[in-house]
Amino acid sequence: MSKRDNSILIAVRNLTVYFPIYRGTIFKKKVAEVKAVDGVNFHINSGETFGLVGESGSGKTTTGRAILQLDQQTSGEIVFEGRDITRLDKQEIRHLRRKMQMIFQDPFGSLDPRMTARDIIGEPLLIHNMAKSKAEYRKQTDYLLELVGLNPSMAKRYPHEFSGGQRQRIGIARAISVRPCFVVCDEPVSALDVSIQAQIINLLGQLQEEFSLTYLFIAHDLAVVRHISDWIAVMYLGGIVEIASRKDLYDDAQHPYTRALLAAVPIPDPAMEAGRKHGMIEGEIPSSLNPPEGCKFHPRCPFAKDVCQKEPPSLARLTANEHWVACHLAS
Amino acid sequence: MPKLLEVKNLSTHFFTEEGAVRAVDGISYDLNEGETLGLVGESGCGKSVSALSLLRLIPNPPGKIICGEIIFQGEDLLKLSDTEICNVRGNRIAMIFQEPMTSLNPVRTIGSQIMEPMRLHKGMNKARALQECLTLLSKVRMPDRVNTYPHQLSGGMTQRAMIAMALSCAPRLIIADEPTTSLDVTIQAQILDLMKGLTRDFGTTLMIITHNLGVVARYADRVNVMYAGRIVEKATARDLYDDPRHPYTIGLMASVPRLDQEIRHKLGTMEGQPPDLLCLPPGCAFHPRCTYCTEQCLEEVPELIPVANNHEIACWVDVKKG
Repeated sequence: MSKRDNSILIAVRNLTVYFPIYRGTIFKKKVAEVKAVDGVNFHINSGETFGLVGESGSGKTTTGRAILQLDQQTSGEIVFEGRDITRLDKQEIRHLRRKMQMIFQDPFGSLDPRMTARDIIGEPLLIHNMAKSKAEYRKQTDYLLELVGLNPSMAKRYPHEFSGGQRQRIGIARAISVRPCFVVCDEPVSALDVSIQAQIINLLGQLQEEFSLTYLFIAHDLAVVRHISDWIAVMYLGGIVEIASRKDLYDDAQHPYTRALLAAVPIPDPAMEAGRKHGMIEGEIPSSLNPPEGCKFHPRCPFAKDVCQKEPPSLARLTANEHWVACHLAS
Repeated sequence: MPKLLEVKNLSTHFFTEEGAVRAVDGISYDLNEGETLGLVGESGCGKSVSALSLLRLIPNPPGKIICGEIIFQGEDLLKLSDTEICNVRGNRIAMIFQEPMTSLNPVRTIGSQIMEPMRLHKGMNKARALQECLTLLSKVRMPDRVNTYPHQLSGGMTQRAMIAMALSCAPRLIIADEPTTSLDVTIQAQILDLMKGLTRDFGTTLMIITHNLGVVARYADRVNVMYAGRIVEKATARDLYDDPRHPYTIGLMASVPRLDQEIRHKLGTMEGQPPDLLCLPPGCAFHPRCTYCTEQCLEEVPELIPVANNHEIACWVDVKKG
């Protein structure tokens, strides 16, 4: 698919993000913490796509935002191109943002309604001083519009004049305008219609080849993640429960939660659906304010044993080919 | 199977300042007793408006049902008086909406909202309604939630409450408008299995409106595919997935990544976007995006024609013959 040298571009070590909850107005007192991300480890190779899946509330978006330093981590390291970026000051972070960008989920909320398409796409160029003259600014923004499949004649339009798919294209053009090497895609297609989804997924693939981009692809749709990712991590209540290559994860899922997720995805073929069992797990994801003891998945797990209620399982390597699972019962 | 519902040439238009929006434009279909019908299409294709039209829930102005007949159990719903249609809503036809959080009343308990249709339509007293309500809540597997308010429940739970409410008067038909779109996959599977199981037990006919082709494959017996306010393909679920015939359906199927297929380098795509309903292209509304487009498609609107047993498409080109 893309150029790969297997060097690690970004490594996340023991990342935790806690959001404090305060009570009282004058004498603020911290009463609790939401453990949105709780000890997450993974790394992404240069030129690859790393998929992060999980249900809402599993902490996948917070992980993505913490990597870009949009949310402050509580502890842990984020090593980007060999440097721990959690120790950088504001000025340095600003420079770093040229290399790491984000594509947001909601194409309606993430574009400023008072800016034209050209200004939205061009703003990062101005911030990072990448357009020396007005003419060059125009040339570059025209090129970007064309690159994402929009007609440069639309540059003067405002976001409300575009459809959802077109807005998402503008969001993509803005993210790649400063030629980043790493892009966090936070549910980039989940708000779009089926036929538009395919267009955007293909566009992301094409841009990855052209600019050798590395993606962190956050999504809840397992079929989409499978299509686009090289490596996949499954998150549940702030922790990673399974990491594997695409082939291992989809052919040989080990964690009961991963299996349940895969079983829950309907396949568009009635003949296949007739023979499938889907409702594998009962209940809903618990609140991360008060997560269960031991393995966080045990209250919903059909295979839970005594040990699962007491000890939290650690992420352990299963086989030689980098398949990691956090489950007492996997072997 | 006897026919429960017959929709004939239904058109619902919205009259806006910029002109008439033909949201639903002459659709006809029928629904047999006890079956599950899927209505598929992308946003803006008129699938929700066509469902709201069945219960005459279209805000007027700007919307208006222009013409057509909706024959439900032998009577035309469009000819009923306002009081009579109120007796149908929630009683003989119930609806489950997409966003359970916004369709429940935030200042009333779940229990009182489930009891309301029974007290209104069946004239039950409070004690009797409460008893029924408890039975329903245990059927949707949340027995101890009578006195909770919607904000205290998760998305999946509020949707369960909506299902209990829809079932409360034992309606003949339940229309579920994108019932699981805002829910996670594992919860989606739970809710749909619950809904399918309960409607089977109650002998209720179900109409599922969705954009998710997988959901339709799993739960529907027959499927209508809509595009720009018209039905473009009608078939049994099996035929539709094994042998889609309308170019739009074929395009939709190709554009979905699937867990059971080899990974393709590129997804099949349909160029362009769904048309603006304010200024529909002449002829077949799909022709600007269609790869099989001919001269005739530019001028004449195709009607539904049978191509096989129980399989109709609205297309001038027989894709199979090329």
